[in-house]
Amino acid sequence: MTSTDLLRPHAEQAYADELAALAAQDDRPRPPSWRLSPRAVVDYLLGTTLPDGTVITPKYVGPRRLMEVAVATLATDRALLLLGVPGTAKTWVSEHLAAAVSGDSTLLVQGTSGTSEDAIRYGWNYARLLAEGPSREALVPSPILTAMAEGRVARVEELTRIPSEVQDALITILSEKTLPIPELGTQVQAVKGFTVIATANDRDRGVNELSSALRRRFNTVVLPLPATEDQEVEIVARRVAELGASLELPPVPSAMEEIRRVVRVFRELRSGATADGRTAIKSPSGTLSTAEAISVVTSGMALATHFGDGVLRAADVASGIRGAVVKDPVGDQVAWTEYLEAVVREREGWGDFYRACRDDE
Amino acid sequence: MSRIVVLGVRHHGPGSARSVLAELDRLQPAAVVIEGPADADPIAHLAAAEGMAPPVALLAYAPDAPQTSVFWPFAGFSPEWQALRWALAHDVGVRFCDLPSASVLARVTEPPPRRRARPVDPIAELARAAGHDDPERWWDAVVESRTLDAESPFPTLLEAMTELRRDAPEEDVWEQRREAYMRRTLRAVLKEVDGPVAVVCGAWHGPALAEPLPPAAADTRILRGLPKRKAALTWVPFTHARLASSSGYGAGVDSPGWYDHLFTAPDEPVARWFTKVAAVLRERDLPVSSAHVIEAVRLAEALAALRGRSLPGLAEVQEAALAVLCEGDPVPLRYVTNDLVVGERLGSVPQDTPAVPLEVDLVAQARKLRLKREPVGRRLALDLRRDTDRGRSQLLHRLAVLGIDWGTPAADDVASTGTFRETWDVRWRPELAVAVIDAARFGTTVAGAAAARLVHDAATATDLVEVTRTVEKVLLTDLPEALPDVLRTLDEKAALDVDVVHLMTALPPLVRAQRYGDVRGTDTAALRGIVEALLVRICAGLPAAVTGLGEDAAREMRTAVDGVHAALALFNEREDLARWTAALRGLVDRRDVHGLLAGRIVRLLADGGVLGHDEVARRLSAQLSIGVPPAAQAAWVEGLLSGGGLLLAHDQELVALIDEWVTGLAEEDFVVVLPLLRRTFGQYSRAEREEVARAVGALDGRQAGPADEAVDDRRAAPAVAAVAALLRGAR
Repeated sequence: MTSTDLLRPHAEQAYADELAALAAQDDRPRPPSWRLSPRAVVDYLLGTTLPDGTVITPKYVGPRRLMEVAVATLATDRALLLLGVPGTAKTWVSEHLAAAVSGDSTLLVQGTSGTSEDAIRYGWNYARLLAEGPSREALVPSPILTAMAEGRVARVEELTRIPSEVQDALITILSEKTLPIPELGTQVQAVKGFTVIATANDRDRGVNELSSALRRRFNTVVLPLPATEDQEVEIVARRVAELGASLELPPVPSAMEEIRRVVRVFRELRSGATADGRTAIKSPSGTLSTAEAISVVTSGMALATHFGDGVLRAADVASGIRGAVVKDPVGDQVAWTEYLEAVVREREGWGDFYRACRDDE
Repeated sequence: MSRIVVLGVRHHGPGSARSVLAELDRLQPAAVVIEGPADADPIAHLAAAEGMAPPVALLAYAPDAPQTSVFWPFAGFSPEWQALRWALAHDVGVRFCDLPSASVLARVTEPPPRRRARPVDPIAELARAAGHDDPERWWDAVVESRTLDAESPFPTLLEAMTELRRDAPEEDVWEQRREAYMRRTLRAVLKEVDGPVAVVCGAWHGPALAEPLPPAAADTRILRGLPKRKAALTWVPFTHARLASSSGYGAGVDSPGWYDHLFTAPDEPVARWFTKVAAVLRERDLPVSSAHVIEAVRLAEALAALRGRSLPGLAEVQEAALAVLCEGDPVPLRYVTNDLVVGERLGSVPQDTPAVPLEVDLVAQARKLRLKREPVGRRLALDLRRDTDRGRSQLLHRLAVLGIDWGTPAADDVASTGTFRETWDVRWRPELAVAVIDAARFGTTVAGAAAARLVHDAATATDLVEVTRTVEKVLLTDLPEALPDVLRTLDEKAALDVDVVHLMTALPPLVRAQRYGDVRGTDTAALRGIVEALLVRICAGLPAAVTGLGEDAAREMRTAVDGVHAALALFNEREDLARWTAALRGLVDRRDVHGLLAGRIVRLLADGGVLGHDEVARRLSAQLSIGVPPAAQAAWVEGLLSGGGLLLAHDQELVALIDEWVTGLAEEDFVVVLPLLRRTFGQYSRAEREEVARAVGALDGRQAGPADEAVDDRRAAPAVAAVAALLRGAR
C-alpha cells in the first residue's frame, strides 16, 4: 500500500522525499539517534531550497525563532511542551518535529480524560500473563516505553486532558529517564535521543492543570495566533473552502467580505485594541481562536444557503459571533456591548453589521 | 612606527570597552584622545571624582535657552567612559576631540545626524560581507562577545573601515567638519606630548584619523565659518532607560543592562546572567530552581550552536529564559526585561559639578516671581487673579509634580469658597538640591520637566483615579502639551477598568475641565472625545453594574450616577445626554435594582422630563404598595426625594401619595421606616422643609378641623395630622 492510497499519511510518509533529500545533504553534526542535524530540522519545518535545487515546503508559517527554540530543546534532551489556543498548529508541529528528528511520528499517546497509566508506562497481555506469569513477552509497552528503548521521540497529545494522577507518571520518565518494571524486577533505561513532545491547550476551560513538578520538566514554547490579519483571513478562507466542499454548500459570492469582518472582530477583541490601535477595548474571556472564526463563517454560510438567499450577509454571522464572544454572560456581555457601541457603530460601512448585532441582542 | 593608535569602537559596546582597556594597558600611551565635545575638557577630571557613578551624561545647553541642549551619555560599559577613567587613573593627559558643544548647539535646527543616516552603515556593510543579515548581531558576535585572549581587533577593524570608506560617497559637510576638528585636536596633542597617542572614536571615523594626517591648512579651510553660540557644559545623572533614546553619539542601546552585565561579569557570562534572572523571578515568588538555571544555560547554548554563534547573545538568553524559566509566559519575562535587560539604574554626579540647567531655569523663574529660598517656613496666600501670584502657583504646582516640595498646599486661613485663592507653606530645604538634580533627567526647564514627568506618571499609574488626578495636575500646572499623552493613557486605562463606578467617578472632573476651559487654549476637542468614550463605556457597563448591590454599594452607585448626571447637564451635549438618559431609562423597569438607586433614577428621569408626572405617581404608588417590604419602600422614597425638596413642595399629588403611604403604615413598619425618612427629610434645607410642611398642611387643610386661634395652625398642622394618623392607626 502506497502512501497515496491512505486517507491521511503520516508526516514521514507524505514528506519522505524531502526528508531523504535533507538527510543526503546534511553535513552538520547530528545529536545521537537523530536522523537530521538540528539546523536541517528547522529548515524542514520552515522550508528552504537545498543547494541541489530540491524545494523543501514550509510546514509551519510563523516566527523562525520559535522553531529554533523547539529544536534546540529537543537537542538538549529536554522535553518540549507546545502550548497554544486551538488551531495554532500544535499537533501539526509536533508530528513534523518527531518525523524529522526520529523519522517516526507514530509513537503517540492521545490524551483524553480516560487515558490510564498503562498508556504512559506499560500494560499486560493478560492471556499471556495468566498462562506464563510475568515475563517480558507478556508486557505490552506504551509508545513512550518504546521510544525510550529505541532512543526516539514520543508524542503526548492534549496533555492537559489527561487526569492529573496519570500525568504524574511522566515525572519519573522525564527526570530519571528510566522506567522501573517492578513486576519483572527490571527497568528500561532511555537510550540517547529519547525525548517527549507534549501539546496542551492553555485557554480552554475544564482542563487538568499541569502540576508544577511536571511543568518544570518541560521547556515551553507558546505557539501564537496568526500574526497579521491577512494571514489569518487566508487561513480562515482556505479552511472554510475545504469544509464547505465536504458539506456541499454552494459557493457563496460575498463571503470574502464577511470573512474579513469576522476575522477583524475576532482579532480586535482578542488583542484588546482596534486594528488601527487608536481605541483600546476589553477582551472577552473566551478563546476567540482562528478555529472558532472558521466555525462562525461555516455556520453563517449554512444559514445563508438553507435559510437565506445564498448570499452571506452580516445577519448570518452576527449571532455566531455573539455566541463566540459572549461566553460569560456578565463580563463578556459588557465587553461586547462596549465594542458594538464604541467601535462597530462608528465604523464606516459596518452599519448593516451593527444593526444585525443589535437585532440579535 | 606611527604615533597615532586608532581604537575604533562601537559606542556603548561592552566588547569594545574591554578591548580598549586591554589595548591601553598594553600600549601605555602618552595621551588619550576621545570622541566627545572639545569644550568639555575643563570638566573631564570630574569623571574620576568621588560621587561620580555612571550612567552619566555630558550635558551642553544654551544658558539663555536651557531647552536647547544636547546629551553625550556614558554608561559604565561605554568604551569612551572606560578610556576616560583609564587616563585619569594613570595620570595621562586626556582630551575630547569632537566639535565643541558650542557649535553643536548652534546647529539645533537640525538634530545631530544619527548613525543610521549615514550613506553607508559601516557595520552593516561588514556584516553583509561576512554573510550575516543582522549587523548588530554580527558585531556582537565578532567584537562585543569576544573573549580577551584573542589579539587586538583594532588594526583589522581599521583596515576594514578604510576599505569601506574608499567606496563610500563623500561625507556631508558636518561630518567633514567633525573629522577635521578631530584631526586638529590630534595634531595639537601630538605636539604637546612624546610617545604614542590613543584615539578612541567611532569605528567609522578611524581611517580619517589614522596617519598620515592631511595638511592642517585643508582642515582649517573646512572648519572656516563654523557656527557657534554660547554654551554651558556640565555632568548630569543619566538613566539606563534614557540611554536607549539618547542624542549626542546617536547610537542608542536597547539593552544597557545586558551590556553592563557583559562588561562586568568576570567569566561565565551566560551562567551568571541566568543566576541573576533566577534571582529576579524568585524575588517575585516565582519558583526557580538551580536545575532550571542549568537547563536554561543548556538551551541558550544549544540555540547559539543552532544559529552558528560561538556564544549565546541577548536573543538566545531571552528565548531560553522564556521557554525554561518563565514556562512560556511572557509576563514574568517582562520583569526580566525591565529589571535586567534594561536594568534601570540612575547615575550620580559629584557635589561640585556645575549646576544643571533645570536649576538655572528654576533660579531664573523664582527671581522673576520674587520667591526667595528661605530655610524658615512661611505661609503664602495667593490671589490667582494677579499675574505674579498665578505664576507662583504654577511654579509651585510644577515643582510639586517634579517631587521638589518647596511649597506644600495648606488649608486656607481665610474661610473662602472662591476658587481664586490658594495657600501654600513654602520652605526651602537643602535636600531639595538633590531633588532638582534628580528631576533634571526629565528635562532642562521646569515646565518641560514637569510635562515629561506628568506623562511618565500617567503611564505608570496603576489605576484610573491616579490618571484622572494627573489630568487635573496638567490643568493646575498649565502644561497643555502634556495633555494628549495623558489623555491617551486615560483612554487606555478606562478601556481596561472593569469597575463602572471608577469610570463614573472619573467623568465629572473631566467634564468640568472641558466646560470651564481650564485648559487655556488647549485642544479641548481631545478632552471631549475622552468624555464621550468614557460615557459609551459607562452606558455599556451600567446595566450589569447595578445588579444585586447592597445598601452601601447602592449609595456609592447613586452618588456616582448623580455625579455623572450633573456633569452631563453641564456638558450640554444633546447626543451624550440622550445616550445617558436612554441607559437610565433601560434601568427603571428592572426589579433587581436597589430601591435607593431605582428611586433616584426615576427622579432623574422625571427632572429631565423623560417620565411624566403621572408615570412617576404610578411608579411611586406601585412601589409603595403592599408587595414591597417597608425598608425597601423607604429606600426608594429616599432615592426619589433626596437632594432637594422642591419636587415635593410643588407636586400636590406626590405629597398626597406619600402622605397616604406614611399614614397607612402599621406601627411596627412605621418604626422601621422612621429613621430612613428622617434621614431623607433631614437633608432638606430649612426653607425646603417649611415648603413641604406647607404642602402637607394644605393637603390636610381639607381634612383637619378648625384650630385654636392661639396656635399657629399652619405649622402645627403636620404634627396634628401625624398624631391623628397615629391615633387612627392605634385604633
